[in-house]
Amino acid sequence: MADQKTTSAMLYINGVSVSFDGFRALNNLSFSVEPGEMRAIIGPNGAGKTTMMDVVTGKTRPDTGEVVFDGGVHDLTSLDETQIAELGIGRKFQKPTVFDMHTVDDNLRLALKADRRTRGTLFWKDSSEERDRLDIILKTIRLTPSRAAVAGSLSHGQKQWLEIGMLLAQEPKLMLIDEPVAGMTDAETKQTADLLREINRDRTIVVVEHDMTFVRDLGVRVICLHEGSVLAEGTIDQVSENERVVEVYLGR
Amino acid sequence: MTAPLTRTLDRGATIFLAICMGAAILVPILHLFVPPSSAFHVPVYLVALWGKYVCYALLALSIDLIWGYCGILSLGHGAFFALGGYAMGMYLMRQIGSRGVYGNSILPDFMVFLNYKALPWYWYGFDHFWFAAIMILLAPGLLAFCFGWLAFRSRVTGVYLSIITQAMTYALLLAFFRNDFGFGGNNGLTDFKDILGFNVQAQGTRLVLFSVSCIALALGFFICRAVITSKFGKVLVAIRDAESRTRFLGYRVENYKLFVFVLSACMAGVAGALYVPQVGIINPGEFAPASSIEAVIWVAVGGRGTLTGAALGALVVNYGKTYFTSGFLAPYWLFLLGALFVAVTQLLPRGIVGTWRYYMSKRREQQAADDAEAAVPPAPPPSATSLLARPAE
Amino acid sequence: MNMVRNRAFALVTACCLLLIAGIASPQQASAQNFESALAGFAADSFGDTETAIGAVATSGNPLAVDVINALQEGRLLFNPADKKVYVRTAAGTINDAATGTPAADVKAGDLQTVRLNNRVRRGIDAAVGALTLLSPDAGKRMDAAKAVFKSREAGALKALDVAIAKETEPRVKRALVDARAAVILNTPTASKEENLEAISVIRERGDQEARSLLTNLSADSHDDIKRAAAAGVASIDASLQLWSAAQNMWYGLSLGSVLLLAAIGLAITFGVMGVINMAHGEMVMIGAYVTFAVQEVIRAYNPALFDISLVIAVPLAFLVTGCFGILIERTVIRFLYGRPLETLLATWGLSLIIQQAVRTAYGSSNKDVGSPSWMSGAFELGGLTITYNRLWIVCFTIFVFVALLGVLRLTRLGLEMRAVTQNRTMAASMGIATARIDALTFGLGSGVAGIAGVALSQIDNVSPNLGQSYIIDSFMVVVFGGVGNLWGTLVGAFTLGIANKFLEPYAGAVLGKIAILVLIILFIQKRPRGLFALKGRSVEA
Repeated sequence: MADQKTTSAMLYINGVSVSFDGFRALNNLSFSVEPGEMRAIIGPNGAGKTTMMDVVTGKTRPDTGEVVFDGGVHDLTSLDETQIAELGIGRKFQKPTVFDMHTVDDNLRLALKADRRTRGTLFWKDSSEERDRLDIILKTIRLTPSRAAVAGSLSHGQKQWLEIGMLLAQEPKLMLIDEPVAGMTDAETKQTADLLREINRDRTIVVVEHDMTFVRDLGVRVICLHEGSVLAEGTIDQVSENERVVEVYLGR
Repeated sequence: MTAPLTRTLDRGATIFLAICMGAAILVPILHLFVPPSSAFHVPVYLVALWGKYVCYALLALSIDLIWGYCGILSLGHGAFFALGGYAMGMYLMRQIGSRGVYGNSILPDFMVFLNYKALPWYWYGFDHFWFAAIMILLAPGLLAFCFGWLAFRSRVTGVYLSIITQAMTYALLLAFFRNDFGFGGNNGLTDFKDILGFNVQAQGTRLVLFSVSCIALALGFFICRAVITSKFGKVLVAIRDAESRTRFLGYRVENYKLFVFVLSACMAGVAGALYVPQVGIINPGEFAPASSIEAVIWVAVGGRGTLTGAALGALVVNYGKTYFTSGFLAPYWLFLLGALFVAVTQLLPRGIVGTWRYYMSKRREQQAADDAEAAVPPAPPPSATSLLARPAE
Repeated sequence: MNMVRNRAFALVTACCLLLIAGIASPQQASAQNFESALAGFAADSFGDTETAIGAVATSGNPLAVDVINALQEGRLLFNPADKKVYVRTAAGTINDAATGTPAADVKAGDLQTVRLNNRVRRGIDAAVGALTLLSPDAGKRMDAAKAVFKSREAGALKALDVAIAKETEPRVKRALVDARAAVILNTPTASKEENLEAISVIRERGDQEARSLLTNLSADSHDDIKRAAAAGVASIDASLQLWSAAQNMWYGLSLGSVLLLAAIGLAITFGVMGVINMAHGEMVMIGAYVTFAVQEVIRAYNPALFDISLVIAVPLAFLVTGCFGILIERTVIRFLYGRPLETLLATWGLSLIIQQAVRTAYGSSNKDVGSPSWMSGAFELGGLTITYNRLWIVCFTIFVFVALLGVLRLTRLGLEMRAVTQNRTMAASMGIATARIDALTFGLGSGVAGIAGVALSQIDNVSPNLGQSYIIDSFMVVVFGGVGNLWGTLVGAFTLGIANKFLEPYAGAVLGKIAILVLIILFIQKRPRGLFALKGRSVEA
């Protein structure tokens, strides 16, 4: 792990391979994301985008390769989901997963950066400071009117926003966002792009998305994954003009 | 301090506590001061019977805490109940002293019968009530801790966990059936004489035991409410509904599960300890997997995730059981119990209290919607599926 | 000591004479010898009887075998008045011992039985052994060799030598050589070399009898012999231990196959549908009752078919329980998909109902299910004792396993079942009727449980509680073996079965079982989803 110290990247992935029962989901994948950067990752189905997120968040252990976080300080391959979350990596899932039986307020409250230990939650008391933070986040994700509603009753788009709100509440250093605009209207998509750019001012973001207009709206560096490794990297225009990318997307 | 207290005691909870405390005070009064000829007189056999039910209610409460709020379906909670019961039984055995059939002042009768030369080391200390009281909490708590630590750490969930808990109680059943295990084997512990110097058979003792059981139920209920209304409780529900999501939020799911599992086991142990002096026996049959599953159905009948429902279910089902098994319908009880399992899961998945609450909240919503017809465009109507959504497994 | 010598001498002479007589002497002489020898039986003294045994055995007369057998069975009679000897036949008539023809004018009341004592009996054994060592029937020769091995009569030595020289069947020859070695070890006059050689022969035999033979060698033998015997005992002990391990292995395999039968249906339904069927044990129980019913019908109408009762019961049990399973799936389980814990409770309720129904219909006592003739008895394989019913159950289990593998691998149903196991939504979107697959899977799992019931009826009590005693073990097999792969169930079942049987001698049956449960709980620490778990994205943690 000598070269860990040499990187300044927020997220540094090097030579990662994962296989499930003979199927190689990730194949010698390497890339890095600098602090404060927003990076979009595109790729056809089965390119390994979700598996890459699983590896970073500790859900899946890589067979080989290194995954280091925050300027090479932490080796993520030896930590579990909880530890990684505590380090400051937040994740939004492809399928919005909010706590359906809790209210919007409670969902956010659970995500708020606070004492996560059992003792802390058992003797937790409401504080005005916490309420203020909640109010700000609710306003950001435009869910103030339905804060007392049960999350299960929200529309699909609202759930996506709530999940982004939960990410914000966690105050992570690195946000992994999987398909944030799936199932959103064009207007909502636009708003989401604005929101992400706003968040990007003080946080590093990796966003996985299929929607090319959205990625273009973001205006950030793009990586195209294919069969578990990086096929192309650059601006959206560079990547979409890349012959191999076109081949992969349009078929041979 | 007031804020958490009001949070803990909503209207339903206050009523439940009032009923418990009322029963604890009223039943002895109705027995002692109302003449037997009166319709309000409570005969002593009923006191004993309902005392037993109250202990079952506490057991049901402990199951509801983990199943209803954390999604852990334990099919082995009878084991914790029985361990608490055995701890109490060991104390009661030591209180017999030289009044046993063999007149041995140290060894219980069954040990004399089985040619024990000396008291096994794990019986030491049980001649003191305080020691037994600690053990009533410690024995089930420790088992739950060891078991839970292993199971939750390796993320055994759902059906797998249920089956493993069943295997656990089955293993204990086999062990306690053995004579050389030192707990009376097949016959268990019985022929108790005194508890804290009072004759267990005396009606005064029975009344006190009944009241204590009611108070224990109230206390257990209060603790459960305090836990589930705290942020801790919200984390529990989050774990129940989306375990891996909770993990990605940075919560140590296994610690949460372990805490609530141990708490629940201790409650079950107390229930067992209060049960034993009231029925006068504890034997390995309490470890039978069937009894544990039966306790689960009380919770399902009353409504899981409601606490009050769990207690109510225990009372209703056990009253029904006593009613049916004592009459000519006895051979049909198992048919009925089996049908209850099928019917509740199919037709009444929320249980009695859950259905009632659902119905009431529906009505309130309807009213609120009617009231606020004109003003703001209504929030997207809650989809039927989300409201119908049952606590996920 | 002196007596033993005398007796031994008498027998040696007798046997030598017997052989010589049997091989060489002319018919005439033999008849005379025979008659005079018979007179010895009429003397009513043990000593004379013993001499007579030797003489009769050496006479070479074809009737000698009958006479000795009659003596052995207390059917040899004599008339104290005229000293004539008679044989009472098995049919009860009385024959003249000398001619073998019916003796007409004898009154049964005048006759006395020739008395026996232990010494005489041993003499008889040796004589019988010697007489039959040369029998044309290989089975009889084998029995004779075994008898001599047991009796270790020094007198049989010569006869053995002759028999060994003539013997062509290797199995019998082996037994003869063993017997000879045993005899030599019992012959005080045998040389040291002979003794050592005998010890090495006995050592090779390596069973419990050989061990006791070597441990009981006379204390005054040569040091070398003692040492060789001790080494022999040690080596026999080692091999006995090996055999007992093998026997445990066999018991384990047998238990494992029972577990496999009981668990495999459960594994299929759990794998495909993600539900645990708590009423699975009751399906097993119903299978056993079907067997009972089939046998009752056969007993009532056509007892000749009894031997094929199981052959009839297997498909019938499959059909009955299979239909039952489909019924349960259609009426109860299908409404509970996505709620595995509630399925567990509902099926538990069903199991209570089924149990009580059977109890009401047939009573709670054990039902008598018989074994067909080809399933009773046992045979020995080296140091192993193998009962036929266990052997058949192991074979049957393998058959069922292979058949199920075939169904899963080769049929359309199997393909669709595997698809649903791996990814239900994907399978559904590919046009697989998952509801139909669920019903059929449940039927298949229940049907296999019914078949298991037929097998279990042969080794366990058939009562309404039959299923309960297997269900927890079956769960353990499924948890241990993992889901979605029949091989996992196979390995799981046999591992648990064998581990159980190997723990039993050390920990006792109950503690062994508890240890297994604890070990499984520890095992799932390492592999929470069992030995052969599915991996990949479709498996949600």
